[in-house]
Amino acid sequence: MTQVHPVRHLLRAKDLVDARYREPLDVPTLARAAYLSPAHFSREFRRAFGEAPHQYLLTRRLERAAALLRNTDRTVADICLMVGLRSVGSFTTSFRRTFGSSPTAYRAAHTPAVARARVPTCVLQAYARPQSSTFGEDGAARRG
Amino acid sequence: MLKQLTHTQIWVHDQDEALAFYTEKLGMELREDVTVPELGNFRWLSVGVPGQPDVAITLMAVPGPPVFDEDTRKQIQTLLAKGAAGGLFFSTDDIQASYEELKGRGVEFSQEPTEQPYGVDAGFRDSSGNQFRLAQRR
Repeated sequence: MTQVHPVRHLLRAKDLVDARYREPLDVPTLARAAYLSPAHFSREFRRAFGEAPHQYLLTRRLERAAALLRNTDRTVADICLMVGLRSVGSFTTSFRRTFGSSPTAYRAAHTPAVARARVPTCVLQAYARPQSSTFGEDGAARRG
Repeated sequence: MLKQLTHTQIWVHDQDEALAFYTEKLGMELREDVTVPELGNFRWLSVGVPGQPDVAITLMAVPGPPVFDEDTRKQIQTLLAKGAAGGLFFSTDDIQASYEELKGRGVEFSQEPTEQPYGVDAGFRDSSGNQFRLAQRR
């Protein structure tokens, strides 16, 4: 049997983010899924996927939050908790920085995508995920 | 003109591992398993969904020279392990039952069954990293 490709373990950690974003996931938990130490894991994850694991986790949560804003009438505070974030204040800040408007304004501006096209979920999730390069704090990491 | 799609091909990390995954975990049937000595032991390996005999999935090992140079082979293997080498879309009549059954057999899901405008669908991967969707359409 061929040995498992090392990146396959990183992909398992990435999938864990997609599957369990509602939970209070942290980098050590993700690192364990990839059989690596947290520091080594973060470095290898960024090398493989182009962004740090905590950034990937945040973009997953924001993508889900944006979908819930578009497709449900849950309150912003509810949605914040539903996607695994605990502070509504920092959720609103991250959301505004990523999507360019507050969660409430975003909701008002977007009719549900489903009204326009029958796009498969995987496509919606992949294309709706905000890019972490739009985060201000990402600059240093990318240069490093 | 084109008549029919007969095979779709996906790269796999290891053909034995993939065959076990597709037949034992996903419940597919073996369609073809032929090794050709005069082609450097090239192995044509395909599986299919029971009840859908006209479409097979070829589980293709990533070849080295003379097909691909070592660099290319490694690049494909890395893309595969990153989950960036494509995927397949399946349907089921009962997404919740299928999800429980596959999960019970150790299939790794990246998304549990989720309501969508077109039905309910879930996401999982094969042993190599290929991304699959399973949908129960309305």
